[in-house]
Amino acid sequence: MALTREEVRHIALLARLQLSDAEEVAITEQLDHILQHFETLAALDTSAVEPTALVVDVTTAYRDDVVVNPPAAEALRQNAPARDGDFFKVPKIIE
Amino acid sequence: MEYEAVIGLEVHAELLTESKVFCGCSAKFGAPPNQNTCPVCLAMPGSLPVVNRRAVEFAIRAGLAAGCTIANSSRWARKNYFYPDLPKGYQISQYELPICLGGHIDIETNGTARHVRLTRIHMEEDTGKNIHDAHGDASLVDFNRCGVPLLEIVSEPDIRSAAEAGAYLRKLRAILQYLEICDGNMEEGSFRCDANVSIRPRGAQQLGTKVEIKNMNSFRNVERAIDHELKRQAEVLDDGGHLVQETRLWDPDREVTRSMRSKEFAHDYRYFPEPDLLPLVVSDEWIEAVRRALPELPDARRQRFAQEYGLPEYDADVLTVRKDVADYYEAAVRCHRNPKAISNWVMGEVLRIIRERKLDNALVIHDWPVPPERLAALVELLDSGEISGKIAKTVFEEMVSTGKTPIDIVAEQGLTQISDASAIVAAIDQIIAANAAKVAEYRSGKEKLFGFFVGQVMKATQGKANPQKLNELLKAKLNG
Amino acid sequence: MDLHRLTFERAAALLAQKAISSVELTRAVLERIRATEPEIQSFITVTEEVALTQAHAADARRARGDSGPLLGIPVGIKDIILTKGIRTTAGSKILGNFIAPYDATVTRRLLDAGAVCVGKLNCDEFAMGSSTENSAYQVTRNPWDRTRVPGGSSGGSASAIAAQQALGTLGTDTGGSIRQPAACCGVVGIKPTYGRVSRYGVVAYASSLDQVGPMAKTVTGCAHVLGTIAGHDAHDSTSANRPVPDYAAGLNGSIKGLRVGIPREYFVEGMAPDVEQAVRAAVRQLQQLGAVISDVSLPHTQYAIPAYYLIATAEASSNLARYDGIKYGLRAAEGEGLLGMYQRTRAAGFGAEVKRRIMLGTYALSAGYYDAYYLKAQKVRTLIRRDFEQVFQSQDVIVTPTAPTTAFRIGEKTSDPLQMYLSDIFTISINLAGLPGLSMPCGFDAQGMPIGLQIVGRPFEEERVLQAAYAYEQASAWHDRWPTE
Repeated sequence: MALTREEVRHIALLARLQLSDAEEVAITEQLDHILQHFETLAALDTSAVEPTALVVDVTTAYRDDVVVNPPAAEALRQNAPARDGDFFKVPKIIE
Repeated sequence: MEYEAVIGLEVHAELLTESKVFCGCSAKFGAPPNQNTCPVCLAMPGSLPVVNRRAVEFAIRAGLAAGCTIANSSRWARKNYFYPDLPKGYQISQYELPICLGGHIDIETNGTARHVRLTRIHMEEDTGKNIHDAHGDASLVDFNRCGVPLLEIVSEPDIRSAAEAGAYLRKLRAILQYLEICDGNMEEGSFRCDANVSIRPRGAQQLGTKVEIKNMNSFRNVERAIDHELKRQAEVLDDGGHLVQETRLWDPDREVTRSMRSKEFAHDYRYFPEPDLLPLVVSDEWIEAVRRALPELPDARRQRFAQEYGLPEYDADVLTVRKDVADYYEAAVRCHRNPKAISNWVMGEVLRIIRERKLDNALVIHDWPVPPERLAALVELLDSGEISGKIAKTVFEEMVSTGKTPIDIVAEQGLTQISDASAIVAAIDQIIAANAAKVAEYRSGKEKLFGFFVGQVMKATQGKANPQKLNELLKAKLNG
Repeated sequence: MDLHRLTFERAAALLAQKAISSVELTRAVLERIRATEPEIQSFITVTEEVALTQAHAADARRARGDSGPLLGIPVGIKDIILTKGIRTTAGSKILGNFIAPYDATVTRRLLDAGAVCVGKLNCDEFAMGSSTENSAYQVTRNPWDRTRVPGGSSGGSASAIAAQQALGTLGTDTGGSIRQPAACCGVVGIKPTYGRVSRYGVVAYASSLDQVGPMAKTVTGCAHVLGTIAGHDAHDSTSANRPVPDYAAGLNGSIKGLRVGIPREYFVEGMAPDVEQAVRAAVRQLQQLGAVISDVSLPHTQYAIPAYYLIATAEASSNLARYDGIKYGLRAAEGEGLLGMYQRTRAAGFGAEVKRRIMLGTYALSAGYYDAYYLKAQKVRTLIRRDFEQVFQSQDVIVTPTAPTTAFRIGEKTSDPLQMYLSDIFTISINLAGLPGLSMPCGFDAQGMPIGLQIVGRPFEEERVLQAAYAYEQASAWHDRWPTE
């Protein structure tokens, strides 16, 4: 089941990555090669196995419902590439 | 062709916690832009979420009130997509293992009962807000709302009409308000609804093509939109056409649903369990504690009002739509036991003024200057004959505008009803003496003039004459 | 006295005795950095002024009677860890101008203990890599041989120790990124149990695998730093709620009776013979010290690389979605609307390896592939964990080589990403299982390049791992060697 350029294009769109033609070709080849190597996983019988999503002691960590953060400092907005007053500015969103 | 409507509703309810669901920023509406933000809700590199216990408690409350099964262990999941109001590029939500499963909301429209099953209730975080810039080529983003806790309440497609949809939403909102977990304000966005609408030939089992309707910002708009969409779908099918599974936006100005600009890319949310959060563990003890603390819910309260206060169904209905109004009513009745009279006042004058002044936007009516004991005192004055009905209305308006007690107002303005016969007779005598001609006319058969005399005596007594006594005594005097 | 040549604990002792001041020590280290950086390139940002201010403050604290092993010690911090007010790039162009608005918890703990931050260390972009060649800024060179890589992704953290540019450093380890560079550079590095150290303020690569850990010339140095940064953090829901032992105090000499497992799957073809020899010699040394050596098996080892690369890249593809040019970081020049802005910003800001992993991860999670890739990998992860649980029923620690080869040449593995991935084979399972793992020098190959020995323990048994490491260290002399100038 080789990875196609179509699929790579679709994935790049999902990931919001603009790839040049050359990059598309290269990535398709590389990912295909990598995925083929990963086919070994398919051979393993995991039908009776639960997935491990976390390897840590299971005790939900909760926070009290208290406002602890002061009104945001300039430092949080200082890194914004584009601003309009206190707003973050982006190219127009078209619904 | 007769079609049956098949409607499911998805409601997003903003929870009334003090702080956001995953960080300690304030969750309150209305702050200056980007004030209530921190590294976590701004998705700074390295930030991590920590769950607000109260948000979970609110979810348990909602689940119990709706008869859901509460999962002892549920999982947070990431819903991945790009949008400016979603700073992490994913929303922390719940997918395969939500906190509540099943449940139901029972409604009634025009005598028809409907048991609307719920699919699930899950928790998630709200997004920020995009605002379209006046300048035209940019949009502005405010992340204050980002991270406010939401409950997503999903119904099965058991709803069969637009009216039922409205009833469902009103009922659900009332329940959430009673639980004090959401203020249910559609206009302000703390209670949002999307509808999934399809039709099928009456009697058919298979589901028709489902269309999602968005952008309905009031209960009336939900009903209108669904009505329109049902008609549209019927027309398409009757014309031999096909329906497309799509998302349509309700346009409240033109009163139609419009297909969203065709999306070039379908959303693939790539859900996977949130690795930064542990399973959401909720013990049976916690669930029981929440269950014990549940308030009386709208239906139960409505029934109790009818029984305990002997109120007609209509009254019980109106008085229990909002918990704060029901609380107000009961507090007043506790002070002065005249359930029907107080009901009339609350349903009438009280709610009228509250709506006029839009004081009911929040969960609890605010800035309402007449505490229940004062309303009760007013009714007591009426019942004791101290003031007349007409005067009572005046006194009430004074209470609202000045915030004074009814007793003070009556005393200050000398509004006590005149029930003393001799005083009334004195006034009657005066009017009769001054209107000999009219008296003669009346006595010769023009009975309609009685009203004139009543009016005159009332004027002479500044409206304070006891109406019944006045009628009695006037009749006696006029008839000789 | 060349103060920059001091080990962590020696410097701490001299500071405590007031034989030297932190200002003196820091100046010596900064001078060393200036002298060596043109060749080594460990640092993305050197923070001279901040360091001297902190050094003065440390000396003042000591004068007031304050103490502690970190007080006044110059340390370096991997540039993937946030340091408030200081540029933090994660080795990427997309954060090239990012000034951290808050401190990572680990940074805060070091600074509260009086450590002196001399700078931010180079790393593979977003911690993705095994050579530090994926840094968008510079190539760091291995101080032992400047034509070779220092390992990665925490290459700068390792080279800084080896080049005497800091007495302790922090790195991060997701698939081996502390241990492998430690091996390449002949220093000690430990990846703690998952959840032992807070991840708050650490730029996320793979959330269920990332851990912060110390590097130093000696086991003692690592123990002190680990003790300072470890412990529960309310900001990190995955941080464990367990007390932190005094790791340095627990380093007594005897490992008599320690049951050591040697997994046969870790001695494979394709391994450099020098490496195998050195590791087996180290094992014999452990035996002489009283350890009981056994052959064990971790049968699912061969599946670790695919499982890791599917899980890690899936999580990374999601973690890196926040780099969108809106709140911070790079934004590509205007034009072509919102979609164009996203696509071009991320295309310009991310390097090739990062893009590759984002693509792989997105694919592994995408509709129709989730079950076969991501879910499958998580199940295989369970099998790998079980392998270790099984072995740990009869063994106290597991000992392996850290890497199949010593440090390779710059440019040698960059043409084939898969080759680079395969070099993680010995470290990666440990991250999948969430176990503590340490790497320390155990010899040199024929080219004079350091060889690393890996010691793995049960969850939260860092003490035992450190004890075993310390015992071996005291019985050997590798830690006394430095690269020739």
